[in-house]
Amino acid sequence: MNLLIKGGRVIDPSQKLDGTLDVLVENGVVKEIGKGLVAPAGAETIDASGKYVVPGLIDMHVHLRDPGLEYKEDIISGTRAAAAGGFTSVCCMPNTKPTIDNKAIASYIINKAKAEGFANVFPVGSITYGLNGDRMSEMGELKEAGCVAVSDDGKPVNNPELMRRALEYARGMGILVITHAEELSLVGEGVMNEGFTSTEIGLKGIPRIAEDIATARDVMLAEYTKSPIHIAHVSTDGSVRIIREAKARGVMVTCETAPHYFTLTDDAVRGYNTNAKMNPPLREATDVAAIKAGLKDGTIDAIATDHAPHHLDEKDVEFDVAMNGIIGLETSLPLSLKLVDDGVLTLGQLIEKMSCNPSNILGLSRGTLKAGAVADITVIDPVVRWTVEADKLASKSKNSPFLGWNVTGAAACTVLAGRVVHKL
Amino acid sequence: MAEFKHKDIIALRDLTKEEMELLLSTAESMREINSRDIKKVPTLRGKTIINLFYEASTRTRTSFEIAGKRLSADTVNITTSSSSTTKGETLADTALNLLAMKPDIIVMRHSVSGSHYFLSSKMPGCSIINAGDGTHEHPSQGLLDMLTIKDRFGRLDGLKVAIVGDITHSRVARSNIQGLTKMGSSLFLAGPPTMMPPGAERLGNVTVCGSMQEAIQDADVVMMLRIQQERQGKTLMPNAREYSRYFGLNPQNLKLAKPDAMVMHPGPINRGVEMSSYVVDGGQSHILKQVENGVAVRMAMLYHVCGGELE
Repeated sequence: MNLLIKGGRVIDPSQKLDGTLDVLVENGVVKEIGKGLVAPAGAETIDASGKYVVPGLIDMHVHLRDPGLEYKEDIISGTRAAAAGGFTSVCCMPNTKPTIDNKAIASYIINKAKAEGFANVFPVGSITYGLNGDRMSEMGELKEAGCVAVSDDGKPVNNPELMRRALEYARGMGILVITHAEELSLVGEGVMNEGFTSTEIGLKGIPRIAEDIATARDVMLAEYTKSPIHIAHVSTDGSVRIIREAKARGVMVTCETAPHYFTLTDDAVRGYNTNAKMNPPLREATDVAAIKAGLKDGTIDAIATDHAPHHLDEKDVEFDVAMNGIIGLETSLPLSLKLVDDGVLTLGQLIEKMSCNPSNILGLSRGTLKAGAVADITVIDPVVRWTVEADKLASKSKNSPFLGWNVTGAAACTVLAGRVVHKL
Repeated sequence: MAEFKHKDIIALRDLTKEEMELLLSTAESMREINSRDIKKVPTLRGKTIINLFYEASTRTRTSFEIAGKRLSADTVNITTSSSSTTKGETLADTALNLLAMKPDIIVMRHSVSGSHYFLSSKMPGCSIINAGDGTHEHPSQGLLDMLTIKDRFGRLDGLKVAIVGDITHSRVARSNIQGLTKMGSSLFLAGPPTMMPPGAERLGNVTVCGSMQEAIQDADVVMMLRIQQERQGKTLMPNAREYSRYFGLNPQNLKLAKPDAMVMHPGPINRGVEMSSYVVDGGQSHILKQVENGVAVRMAMLYHVCGGELE
């Protein structure tokens, strides 16, 4: 099926393109970008005037809960949420049941997404077998099966020797290690950021150094082993500083943050709001400022949501008992567009962090509208105003701290390999 | 006279100075009932109070039960050592089941901070009183402490109150800081830095002191907190011996406080750890007076959440 996207502002940082242009798609690939293109017979035309046309957005950190935890989310509902949020590709973390630590589970995910999904799904395999932090999983086979990285996301690899060997081994297999940087002894029984808010409302705190020490350790291990590493969900001033310094030294480190870390502070926890409970926890205003500075100066490479669906029964409980995590796929785009409005990022930089960079970090061969590229395209309406409402979200779970928020910007149209999978 | 408009009493942070004064003034009149031969008035006859205790308690549970009975309410006690998660029934389901039995007041103690707000959201039409939630607040303790201080000095404003111990994990400290700040007292906190939470100085009219001596110097009130090993883990102090040397109250360091200073403790006391027996049983101790006032304060709380008015 052929498609002509007419008159939009095409922004493609991969070819330093920014202008009002038409995009012609033929047989699922980008055929041509130019002015005054004419639709071939039978092609669908999308009027994109007043809209942005960008390489399909990529969320390199989501939890699709499939297999095993389908009561929270599954590949179909999760990719539907992705498409609605403007994402054409997502990378799903391995803490499923069973764990993504073998070819069968990786293949199941890839095949189900291809057959029934609304976005590309690139699985992330586990670093250790069963996420048990004991033995490395079969990274070679995981890569062959289509995994694009390995991570024990949700928990750190506690043992530094094991982490060292995992970095070395993964480098040999040509697969990236994504680290969940957290020093558990410093977390203890903490349930929110340690600071004045935790003091006042009497919840046990998680100090920022629990993240910083682990980030520093993993950066040092990557430096020592001359291996690439990607730091997931950076939330603190200290971690941004550690990564900035490491990059300046030439360490092969990349990192991501999530929209909630540049949008909210731990004040959102007041009232014991379990939809503001996640790991790492929401921090303070100084951290939010540092995250924004890190995005602006390029220290932070990517924006990823850490989309973590949980059932109402797991959130409508006392604060200490509630599960960690929030959904993010359908709110990421407007929250991130605000960075452009606020002058933190240019539009081009935003698209790099939401598409080009994740593709480059993981080697996905996407994040571009160059002729011949797979036609994964997001058309963004930058001015549409809408209210985040639980019953309008495509995700099975509704655990968002942004429910009731009035936001600006949405995916007007999401195109997956030339096929329209979402229209506003 | 001020009206009490709250359905629940969960935290002194939620109450104004006037509302706390009303509760204290009602408690003062309730005390008269407690000194009668027949210690019972019909005020809450026909009301049902459930004491739902998810944490062990002798003093607070007994005090609330006696308070309810002296006002002629029907009181039911549910004590469970297990938390809602291990018990297999969620707190929300427990709330819905209890609500179906149409109680008027639930008095709850729970190990999770903020759980009373959660309970309240599930129980419209039923009053919730906090008998201690995690490391957040213990409002009845704060009120009975204020009443005991007021008995001694006739006022709360302008007093220097020292609180010594594990501030981080103390719901008693939080309630007292909230209440006494609004009443015009100055608070001086001391404890090892491992037990002092970040931003403690911003909790109210608070000075964080570098030593116990600095905190109790010229104090009108010295309030000692229980060392709660069960809440603390193992990393906050070397052992009880060293703790008592630097943060224990004894007849010698008590001399730093004003000569007529009063000594308080929320109980239960670890004798010889945070406080020497000579002080516990000495002339400046108001510890049993606190317990006595507890019943009157809790009668006042039960009375006001049921919509009582003071003529």
